[in-house]
Amino acid sequence: MLRIKNKFNAERDISGCGLCGIINAKKVKTNGSDIKKAISVEHDRGNGLGGGFAVYGNYPDYAELYAFHIMYDNLSAKTDVETYLKNNFIIEKEEPIATLRTSKIYDHPYLHRYFIKPKTDRQDKLFHELGDDDFVVNSVMLINQNYDGAYVFSSGKNMGAFKGVGYPEDIADFYKLEEIEGYMWTAHNRFPTNTPGWWGGAHPFTLLDWSIVHNGEISSYGINKRYLEMYKYNLALRTDTEVITYILDLLIRKHRLPIRLALTVLASPFYQNIDKMDSGRKELYTALRQIYGSALLNGPFAIVFGYLGGMVAMNDRIKLRPLVAASAGDFTYVASEEAAIKAICPFPDIIWSPKAGEPVIVEFEEKKVPQKGEMIRL
Amino acid sequence: MMTIDAAGMPYKELNKQIREGIAKGIKKFFLENVNGQYYIGDGIKGDDVIININGTPGNDLGAFMDGPTLIVNNNAQDNIGNTMNSGKIIVKGDAGDVVGYGMRGGRIYIFGNAGYRVGIHMKGYNEQLPVIIIGGKVGSFFAEYMAGGVIVLLGLNNTEPDGEYFASGMHGGTIYIRKNIDFSKYSKEVEFIQADENDMNFLKKYLMEYSDSFNISAEEILGSSFYKITPSSARPYAHLYTSA
Repeated sequence: MLRIKNKFNAERDISGCGLCGIINAKKVKTNGSDIKKAISVEHDRGNGLGGGFAVYGNYPDYAELYAFHIMYDNLSAKTDVETYLKNNFIIEKEEPIATLRTSKIYDHPYLHRYFIKPKTDRQDKLFHELGDDDFVVNSVMLINQNYDGAYVFSSGKNMGAFKGVGYPEDIADFYKLEEIEGYMWTAHNRFPTNTPGWWGGAHPFTLLDWSIVHNGEISSYGINKRYLEMYKYNLALRTDTEVITYILDLLIRKHRLPIRLALTVLASPFYQNIDKMDSGRKELYTALRQIYGSALLNGPFAIVFGYLGGMVAMNDRIKLRPLVAASAGDFTYVASEEAAIKAICPFPDIIWSPKAGEPVIVEFEEKKVPQKGEMIRL
Repeated sequence: MMTIDAAGMPYKELNKQIREGIAKGIKKFFLENVNGQYYIGDGIKGDDVIININGTPGNDLGAFMDGPTLIVNNNAQDNIGNTMNSGKIIVKGDAGDVVGYGMRGGRIYIFGNAGYRVGIHMKGYNEQLPVIIIGGKVGSFFAEYMAGGVIVLLGLNNTEPDGEYFASGMHGGTIYIRKNIDFSKYSKEVEFIQADENDMNFLKKYLMEYSDSFNISAEEILGSSFYKITPSSARPYAHLYTSA
């Protein structure tokens, strides 16, 4: 069964796709019914070959532990991965991910989750001094690359990805999302056109607490991939969305760029517009384009990404994919189509179409932004 | 008259019911609780058919439509009036991206704003004259590759167009703007002149119909001066790759 290791020799994956996001700035939680209802309105944007959700705030009892969601093709892969985990992590709790086999989703990998933290006396300390986040990133890359039949699809704290092959509303039923509560949700409906749909290839793509859902095609995939490989990211999935997750991890977590600046790297202003800026901004944006030229995303895209501090929705620089946003009180909604928002919020305070390349950023009010040293104000 | 409750109805079923109704000779339709259904009114015929839509219709509203009138009482999504041949689409809210792509006849009246790529590849031929009127503002790539027809941008309520790259590759048709023009938004392939009496007589018919559609004052719209934008050349890129 071609389920969780993508053996297909395709360079990238072009998608039509639909996406949605819900965030409550005051961290009021909702269960998965709303996001399921919204993404199901965009049913026809996908073709049943990939659906998925990310939720934040769903593991409050284990909020300080990394929550690994792992897909297994066979039980020997599970044994091997668990040996690795036991050697390197303290496993506070492990359990099968609760699922409900339905008439729509009946053939699936074995899905297990682990609440873990890296051991302080783990073996890699003999060689280098990695922080916990870096060690988790290395472990995810290692398992996904070297353990055949195993794939880590979620590794953040107090958040989780739930995804698979199927329409998103059926995936929501499969994972019983109506029983899960969170203060931020993203959802994706996939229409893969260049590679078959497989469980690991469904969105969201996550790493630590970053999660990305994406509609479009990253034509710059080759350049982005080579750039990330220099920083030891392993691009195992052969799908373009993966690069966005790792670029954000590199720019924001590793290089400590403020979110807004990192976003202008992904969708940078055109040089003709940089020319019109005042000298300070001109210098800044020129430098960003020069330093991070290989992290620029080219091609049509609309993305929604979640992180511990909030949610961002953004288009490519000339708006080649749809994106609509609305707000109602402390809730902000984003979607590929207005109808998806109206299905769960018939009377928003405002509804608007974000401009090309201009991100919609919603941060939680308690101000838990991950980066430090925000020196540059925009 | 036929009322269809479209709540939760797949687009195929909704459009089937509309087509069956038209075949039976029904002229007036009320679609209630529409939310996201694609392709409403696509390819339908009948100059006297009127379809009222309550809710948010899905993408490709009125594509290839040939005669009927669609009235959207809320916002519309993307790609309305794609390759429409004749008839009328009235949107009482905002419209999404790519309004009137390759439109070849009929009218699209939008009360509010429209998104990116309005009127891209719009064309006209002999008596076929597509007309789009937008009350508010538009996004980038407005009238890109426009080949024919008329687009009127009113900028009511002092809404300034906030896009860029207007009328790139425009080689036919006419754009009218009610406000002072920010020339920097437009490609170098077009010319700007003050609209004259002939232009205003031509526009009056459409602007009266537009103001009637939304119960707004025609005097207010017609009261200010208009600018006319036309392409400098019917073949702007004739010598892009070859010498003259």
